[in-house]
Amino acid sequence: MLDRNKNRALTGVHFMNGDCACAEGALMAGCTFFAGYPITPATEIAERMAQRLPSVGGIFIQMEDEIASMNAILGAAWAGAKSMTATSGPGFSLMMENLGLGLVTETPCVLVDVQRGGPSTGLPTSVGQADMMQARWGSHGDYEIIALAPESPQECFDLAIKAFELSEKYRMPVLIMMDEVIGHMNEKVIIPEASTVKPYPRRLPTVPPDQYLPYHPGTDGIAEMAIAGQGYAVHVTGLTHNEKGYPEINSRAQAEMVQRIVQKIRLNTKQIIMLEEDQLENAEIVVVSYGISARIAQLSIQQARNEGIKVGLLRLITVWPFPEEYVQNLAAKVKGLIVPEINMGQMVREVERCSHGKTQVIGVSHPGGGLHTPEMILDAIRRAKE
Amino acid sequence: MTEPSVSENVVPQKQPTHPMDSWLRQDRLPHIWCPGCGIGIAFSATIAAIKESDFPREKISIVSGIGCSSRAAGYLNIDSFHTTHGRAIPFATGLKLANPDLKVFLFAGDGDLFSIGGNHFIHAARRNMDLTIICINNYIYGMTGGQFSPGTPMGAMSSTSPYGNQDTPFNLPHLAEAAGAAFVARWTTAHVRQLKKAISTAFQKRGFTFVEVISPCPTVYGRRNKQPFGIQMMKTLLETSQINHNARGHEWDILLDKPVVLGNFIDRERETFVERQKAFQEHMETYLSEKEIKGGTYGD
Repeated sequence: MLDRNKNRALTGVHFMNGDCACAEGALMAGCTFFAGYPITPATEIAERMAQRLPSVGGIFIQMEDEIASMNAILGAAWAGAKSMTATSGPGFSLMMENLGLGLVTETPCVLVDVQRGGPSTGLPTSVGQADMMQARWGSHGDYEIIALAPESPQECFDLAIKAFELSEKYRMPVLIMMDEVIGHMNEKVIIPEASTVKPYPRRLPTVPPDQYLPYHPGTDGIAEMAIAGQGYAVHVTGLTHNEKGYPEINSRAQAEMVQRIVQKIRLNTKQIIMLEEDQLENAEIVVVSYGISARIAQLSIQQARNEGIKVGLLRLITVWPFPEEYVQNLAAKVKGLIVPEINMGQMVREVERCSHGKTQVIGVSHPGGGLHTPEMILDAIRRAKE
Repeated sequence: MTEPSVSENVVPQKQPTHPMDSWLRQDRLPHIWCPGCGIGIAFSATIAAIKESDFPREKISIVSGIGCSSRAAGYLNIDSFHTTHGRAIPFATGLKLANPDLKVFLFAGDGDLFSIGGNHFIHAARRNMDLTIICINNYIYGMTGGQFSPGTPMGAMSSTSPYGNQDTPFNLPHLAEAAGAAFVARWTTAHVRQLKKAISTAFQKRGFTFVEVISPCPTVYGRRNKQPFGIQMMKTLLETSQINHNARGHEWDILLDKPVVLGNFIDRERETFVERQKAFQEHMETYLSEKEIKGGTYGD
């Protein structure tokens, strides 16, 4: 007999790329359903899941497109599974509509975007970080989102586990915003024993069906979720709905529903946001970055320190919700914030917005297809120093 | 306070219950369907078929997309999923696969299932995914006010074909057969008994089963096509249809000047997706237990 619980974890020290590590993290978190469509540079996640899911009794299905993949993981979540899909830019665009369905129906699942150069087909095999604003605003209507940005294969593994935890905790789709370099980079990945990571449980109803309200928030703003087949006769709709889950087409129901799905994140930002601080204690200049760009910046910072410039690094592990308060406080203390990213200026807008003009904000853009050289970021640090 | 006297002549306050009441979300009624619309007939035929089936009620799920027909999901008092336009099939696929004990069926319109959702339909049929699809073909996009759909016959008037529809409609049973459906039938809302029987068969049969229901939409289709009343459209459906279970392929085409052919056209056995998945999992169980799953070299 297979030990399915044990098979979640490929315990050991591995030399593994970010895509595979992300898949392993998902399995560790208890993922048993993956629906996807082949797309470079995310395909390795699907391949890994196809290979590994049978050993945990899970289902892999290759759907007809990314629209179908996104919907299939929502359906699977409502049958009780922890579900995931993975894609890149063009597929991410196709998933946007039903990411919205997941958000409004408050369906836990995980969506991975291994970013490549865009727009359109763009640079299928090379790096980009230009979907960051799409991650935040890509689906129509008002919502808040959680997006995590790993900087190494090890972190792909760790954050996949975290993403599932957050998705169950806040009852919503969670995004992992990887990039092609992290996805294809091979590094050491340490996978612990299965017993060290318990899959985060679904928040199932604690009341009988006749008292159950699928969108009645608990004390922490999150509602319990009934799954299909348990006698709860749950109604799920993409229409604006009331606590009962029934459509209610008026501005009062809209206000209640939208405010709730927005507030459940806004009121919990402190618990959600993860940041990494490096040499910030006496820093006059701070590089704010994420993903592979944050790793390049480490070398620039080292060189700047050698030149006597007091510079530190703030790495965004949680990209959305954006750490507004933190950046606001930081801006009041430093001479400049440098934001290198592989796009023509996306997260730098958030940094500028939250700085309230209290410090200079210098974006270091790269249109994609390659990485910044450490000198590009170093130049910006030097300019900020002047 | 005195007890009110009970007289035999007093009309009871409570409405008598209908045998289908418990299947409806009473608190969601009245429904949105127009007078003369056929969706309600197809909906009650569906409920009657479900009631006859052996599936326990809590194990049945309805999934729908967007449109007049898709609103049915909101009225049925079971686990019910009203998803996005055209996406009911992939949602239902995920639901079914993550819990194969569920009986999952769809109730949606021709525009939803065959225009925006057409790709999902053929792929689910190809896989012989264990889903029952009830498609209300009313020849029109009703909810948005009467634009032509992939079910609108050539030459028919609609708000976006004001000089007559230039598009060829899909022959839905032919498409379903070619894509791999295990059961294919077509009835109209004027053939309630046959319709209920076909839905019942589709519901009980394993694999991908499909019932097309030709249904009148007097409000936005009939009105533009010289048939503004539901009763008139129902009579036309009766008078201009032919039952022929043995008809094949292009005989199922819907043309304005030809009778619509009805029947239970296809009933065949194909291994279903869930059956294949179960066999695969058993195979993998043996395969993987003989093979050490270890780090680093896994899969080599």
